[in-house]
Amino acid sequence: MPRAFTPKVITANALLEGDVVYLTKDDLWTRDLSEAELLTDEAHADIRLLDAEKRGNEVVGVYLADMTAGPDGPEPTHFREDFRRTGPSNYFHGKQEVRG
Amino acid sequence: MYHYNDFDRDFLANRNAQFRAQVNRRIDGSLTEDEFKPLRLMNGLYLQLHAYMLRVAIPYGTLSSAQMRQLAMIGDRWDRGYGHFTTRQNIQYNWPKLKDVPDMLDALAEVGMHAIQTSGNTIRNVTADHFAGAAADEIADPRPVAELIRQWSTDHPEFQFLPRKFKIAVTGSPNDRAVTKAHDIGLRMVRNDAGEGGYEVIVGGGLGRTPMIGKVIRDFLPREDLLPYLEAIVSVYNLLGRRDNKYKARIKITVHENGIDTIRDKVEAKFAELKPLFSGVDQQMLREIEGHFAAPEFRTASTEAFDDAYAADPVFRAWCDTNLSDHRADGYAIVSVSLKKHGATPGDATGDQMRTLADLAEAFGHDELRISHEQNVILPHVHKSDLPALHRALKAAELATANIGLISDIIACPGMDYCALATARSIPVAQEIAERFEELKLEHEIGPLKIKISGCINACGHHHVGHIGILGLDRAGVENYQITLGGNHTEDAVIGERAGPGFAYDEVTDAIERIIRAYLDVRESPEEEFLDTFRRVGTEPFKAALYPKETVDA
Repeated sequence: MPRAFTPKVITANALLEGDVVYLTKDDLWTRDLSEAELLTDEAHADIRLLDAEKRGNEVVGVYLADMTAGPDGPEPTHFREDFRRTGPSNYFHGKQEVRG
Repeated sequence: MYHYNDFDRDFLANRNAQFRAQVNRRIDGSLTEDEFKPLRLMNGLYLQLHAYMLRVAIPYGTLSSAQMRQLAMIGDRWDRGYGHFTTRQNIQYNWPKLKDVPDMLDALAEVGMHAIQTSGNTIRNVTADHFAGAAADEIADPRPVAELIRQWSTDHPEFQFLPRKFKIAVTGSPNDRAVTKAHDIGLRMVRNDAGEGGYEVIVGGGLGRTPMIGKVIRDFLPREDLLPYLEAIVSVYNLLGRRDNKYKARIKITVHENGIDTIRDKVEAKFAELKPLFSGVDQQMLREIEGHFAAPEFRTASTEAFDDAYAADPVFRAWCDTNLSDHRADGYAIVSVSLKKHGATPGDATGDQMRTLADLAEAFGHDELRISHEQNVILPHVHKSDLPALHRALKAAELATANIGLISDIIACPGMDYCALATARSIPVAQEIAERFEELKLEHEIGPLKIKISGCINACGHHHVGHIGILGLDRAGVENYQITLGGNHTEDAVIGERAGPGFAYDEVTDAIERIIRAYLDVRESPEEEFLDTFRRVGTEPFKAALYPKETVDA
């Protein structure tokens, strides 16, 4: 039996600002993880990744990050992605500041 | 202080203009990231977790007031109003925007600074004793030779694509404050039996994944042979160093795999070839550089004001007792300004704090500042009569924390709060430990103690050589912290021993407190420092305190 596929989002850093971005289902880059497209099918995720990788003039370092489905959209399964969506813990800088 | 000449200025202006054009070409789409990445890294620009990061070299940790003010301006104008001083005597800006970086580099060039070779497989910023030129125990100021090495290694065509990065540290004192034994090359200024000055050359030290204490490759190298000998070492490494495996590419592995004697033979053979090619121009340049580092004109004055304040003001007295070191000139002191206020981020200074420090260096410190690898700022030359006024000004800027060398004077790398390589956080761990011992009011009773924290195995936080080292790892998707004991970063360098299984994020501070309580129990007297107690009793009492159940089971 094939391994269960862990849902993913496509993420990268924006070329100009360097901040964390996620791909929406409308092919836009969002700063807000809850707006990202949650990819639940492996083949579809691979195609989405290939397309996103072509957008090297908008973003840097595109990859698929593991997520779970939450009530408000994708939720990180690993603490690294949790820090990426939030910002540093020593100052209220980064995304938490923008949202706050 | 070294002042750029026309050559330096032209070189930097050209390089910055090149990089500006490269950034423009990246933004307009003419360069891909694969093409641009090596170019940005050559100029110190990383892409981290939340943003770009610009790493600026502070050669041998020395800054003038004007340079410090410019660092403050850059932080205020293009970053978030602060900068982070690192264990490699660099400053890192955590939030620059790509399009602003060329302007930041031009602003640095205005004060003779740059970010060249702060990344990549090149010879990195040359570091030195932060008390250089001031310490009472110094044989000679290591900075002129560090500057010579900087000039020799900057844009050196043979050494732009080494197997891996390469770090050189220099000390002019027998008491090693520059961690020379944990560098690719460590240089210790020594005198031979005839009283002539030269260098003990140490090679193959390093922390990271495979920590190694450096080995002596030459116990006495005459001063004038330094550059050809360094060139011989790096050239042998360039050919012999492994390029097949990133984790085995540092010179410490080359030395370990080939043996120090083989490396020495090869270096000596190469040195014999290179030596005749050095016509002596390097020594002429060194003499010129030495002129830039002439000692300030130390004044002779009464220290009565200092003595009175010391007797009358306990807060001032406590600060003096921890934050001052012996100066070679009568009536002077070396002042360490702590960037480790309890609960603050180790090594961070706001733009206002940097400006205050620049003003104070100008008013009281012969216009000089230093950045230590321990992430503090040093005012190397302060007359004691100025210390009360200096202390008042530092207090007003929240820079008068009296904790140098104590448990809250923690080295911590940026960790997963910023760094793309990190496997766990470091900064909040340091903050919590510092606050805990501040609450317990135990810091001064504990005495000298070095805690060093790294957020990954690369060991930027020097955890292996901390008296207590903490290494943050990712264990099955959860932050986990390994503790090492008994490390030492000085001339008697030792890699610490792992205490046992790691601790969860919210258990680390309690674990450290248990180690400290065990130390306070077993030390022979308050005079016996943590490291001495550790040497006397070994790991057992600390392991018993850390893992009470396991000890019972065993």
